[in-house]
Amino acid sequence: MTETRPREAADDGHAANILTMPGRHRVVHGSDRIRFVMRGIGQALVTAGVIVLLFVVYELWVTNIFAHQKQVRVRSVLEQQWAQGDDPLVGRLNLPGSRQSTIPAGQGIANLYVPRLGSDYRFTIVQGVDGASLEEGPGHYPTTQLPGQVGNFAVAGHRVGKGEPFLNLDQLRVGDAGVVETKSTWFVYRVLGDVATGDPTVAGVDGVPGRQIVAPSDVAVIDPVPGRPGARPTESLMTMTTCHPKFTANQRMIVHAALSRAVVRNGNQLPKELVGGTI
Amino acid sequence: MYTWIWRHLPGRMVWKLLQTLVLVAAVSALLLFVIFPWLEPHLPFGNVTVDGP
Repeated sequence: MTETRPREAADDGHAANILTMPGRHRVVHGSDRIRFVMRGIGQALVTAGVIVLLFVVYELWVTNIFAHQKQVRVRSVLEQQWAQGDDPLVGRLNLPGSRQSTIPAGQGIANLYVPRLGSDYRFTIVQGVDGASLEEGPGHYPTTQLPGQVGNFAVAGHRVGKGEPFLNLDQLRVGDAGVVETKSTWFVYRVLGDVATGDPTVAGVDGVPGRQIVAPSDVAVIDPVPGRPGARPTESLMTMTTCHPKFTANQRMIVHAALSRAVVRNGNQLPKELVGGTI
Repeated sequence: MYTWIWRHLPGRMVWKLLQTLVLVAAVSALLLFVIFPWLEPHLPFGNVTVDGP
């Protein structure tokens, strides 16, 4: 009895309130409109969230599928050319009096192996650093030197998505090999830095560090002598550039390596730096 | 909007669900294969080169 009494009183009060309220219909109508607007905003926000998630899926997964297909195609074209005795690096290097290379953009020029990043790590490097070329694979800066030449063989590659060749560039340690295969030669580059401490951020050959983080506008890192524009090079270097930190474009991660040896190719024999290598 | 679409899909519940799946797949495909590839070059995520300012 004592339990039901207050509830009855409340019910009565509620019912009486609604019945006696003169503007009842207008009030209900207004709250409906608010509900309609709120639901619309809610649905729009949920939709936006789903679209952003889908974009992440696209960046991390779908672009890799497309890029892999392009990489396979560019690699098979390069290997066909090699099999036919054609080397895209020979015969059309640099026009007289020009630093402009005549290798067409998107053409595969060499293969890159980095054992530290996996025994199956292999990418065909293409000519050019425009968007379309970089979707095919790591791209060679056309104004920089070719593999093995004195100066700087500079290559850009995506960090996240689009084949992500340079996803784990930060894992390279001092002395790690980057092996470049051309039609005629294996070029073995080794990451610079302080061999004693294993610190890649310390300057090695020519005052060039093994790894550095720079501003996107710091073009001096791909100069023949990195960081010293106009200086005459004496070493053969390879420079790899990618974005840093992951997922952003605020900075660039740069890895410099120096040529440690060059081996003339001999059939299917691999250099010792690679698994199963003999030469 | 979703309520409106659901109300205007013809047929019974199972049939409506099937149509919903097809619609979601179509919109996803449009986003993944047409809109995102077009949009992406305008966003800064893919910049990996060093170049002048």
